[in-house]
Amino acid sequence: MIGHLKTNRLCVDLAGLRLANPTMLASGILGLSAESLGSIVTGGAGAIVTKSVGLKPREGYANPTVVQTSYGLINAMGLPNPGITEFVKEIHEAKSFGVPVIVSVYGFSAEEYATVAKRAVGAGADAVELNVSCPHVKETGSEIGQNPKILTEVVRKVKTVVEKPVFVKLSPNVTNIAEIAEAAAKAGANALTAINTVKAMTIDTEITMPILSNKTGGLSGPAIKPIAVRCIYEIYERVKVPIIGCGGITNWRDAVEFLLAGATTVQIGTAIALKGPNVFKKITHGIDAYLKRKSFKSVNEIVGLSHCS
Amino acid sequence: MKLSAYRIAANKLRTTHILSVETESPTVKIFTFKDKQCARAKPGQFLMLWIPSIDEIPLSILDAKENGIVSVAVRNVGEATGAFDNKSVGELVGIRGPFGNCFTLKGGRILMVSGGTGTAPILFLAERLAPKIAKLVFVLGAKTKGELLFMNKSKRTLGGEKTQLIATTEDGSYGIKGLVTKPLERLFERERFDMIYTCGPEKMMRKVFDLAEKYGVGLEASLERLMRCAIGLCGSCVIGRYRVCKDGPVFTAKQLRAVKSEFGISKRDFNGRKISL
Repeated sequence: MIGHLKTNRLCVDLAGLRLANPTMLASGILGLSAESLGSIVTGGAGAIVTKSVGLKPREGYANPTVVQTSYGLINAMGLPNPGITEFVKEIHEAKSFGVPVIVSVYGFSAEEYATVAKRAVGAGADAVELNVSCPHVKETGSEIGQNPKILTEVVRKVKTVVEKPVFVKLSPNVTNIAEIAEAAAKAGANALTAINTVKAMTIDTEITMPILSNKTGGLSGPAIKPIAVRCIYEIYERVKVPIIGCGGITNWRDAVEFLLAGATTVQIGTAIALKGPNVFKKITHGIDAYLKRKSFKSVNEIVGLSHCS
Repeated sequence: MKLSAYRIAANKLRTTHILSVETESPTVKIFTFKDKQCARAKPGQFLMLWIPSIDEIPLSILDAKENGIVSVAVRNVGEATGAFDNKSVGELVGIRGPFGNCFTLKGGRILMVSGGTGTAPILFLAERLAPKIAKLVFVLGAKTKGELLFMNKSKRTLGGEKTQLIATTEDGSYGIKGLVTKPLERLFERERFDMIYTCGPEKMMRKVFDLAEKYGVGLEASLERLMRCAIGLCGSCVIGRYRVCKDGPVFTAKQLRAVKSEFGISKRDFNGRKISL
């Protein structure tokens, strides 16, 4: 899909998955229909992550579900999804695009996570990413990912039922993210995605009430980039499993910063609103030019490079 | 970075007071408010209107004036539009937008087909297009006479020798009895058109599209879907590989050919499942 950019320089191995370039679609963006995932692959993504899917259908919250702020977006969609039974056909179809398909999974118990993960893998998912970090739905997401004990139970349970790699998406809304990362790795996580959105709120000063119907939501976009870089840096110091960097990447230089901090690959979401699906190609081109200019033979050479000094 | 941050902020929600409320039909009211950004909207674009404590809904723009006054037509269907229907002059609402693309302004011999509140963007287009038009046939339909929207406004806007206004009602209480698509086949047999613009119920637009294909005439249709983010991220409004909020809401015949299995047939509901229209 990215033509002349199919060079070995950009190839990465992510917990056994082979990606033609280190850019991935972040979960939650356009990921409920296979066809829109297809447009992301056309845009140059090396892998795609679906929107989070649960055991049962969920309608999500009433609008407003998204607020645009100066340096990012705050969203509280409320995990709308058709449920895994309905979603398997989208997974089947997404498999035809020729890049790894990672299904994001949420549940209200370890059993639910395991059941959904197993069915996703059965439908062809190359890996699952456990959403233990959604900041705006009760009894799932960050309520699981903020507690190392419960997190360990969920990861272990999923690991016993799926043979594909299990990624764990971490919440920045914790005191010590490296500690949580270590718990996830010890429980068997094959890679860690850092970070999910930062819990946030906006209040309209004229209407004098919170704008989101859920009142709080998750902040994404350029505003959270330095937080994400710090989190990745701290996790890289503590655990050995690969890190998938996520949070506010809008250009190649942002992506390189994440790689230098210790990320093996990067995920992009909010930037699609600014630059369209081709943002993946643009960032990949930029990374490639950077590697050439700096005489690196492979993108892998810069992963965690900032820790050497 | 500066530019991108600006672009997110460019569509920040702002609040404004409702300036006027007019009853257009038993189920439709026209609301006006002042908003500089939406006043620059082009025909076909939409805005997101937040009714505090209730909902935020997409609405196509009926009119946008240089003095900053924007009009929208709201049909009283759901909780949100029902609540909005009861809003009175002076109340505060939130606005985001304008969003999406717009109709292209083609001159020549034009056919416009609209139904229900879909007439709003089409009428907005007709006003802007008027100086370029050689001939305009405007077909608008409704269930019954009382629900034929903007008849007076249409007559005012489209008055003159270059334009022909055809009204249809399903119960025959005004104009031609039947669906809005009924007079079309005869029109295509008799006249040559350079372009068709349509907005209304999707099944209606599908029929217009099929006829446009049969007679080889270019078409643009404005689609409606469930909207949440309105900026091309959440995927709530997808049809095929298109995002209605960002790639649309106006689609060309060529684009519609690529989504033939969904256009006029299915949409996605709140949980993302495909359901029939």
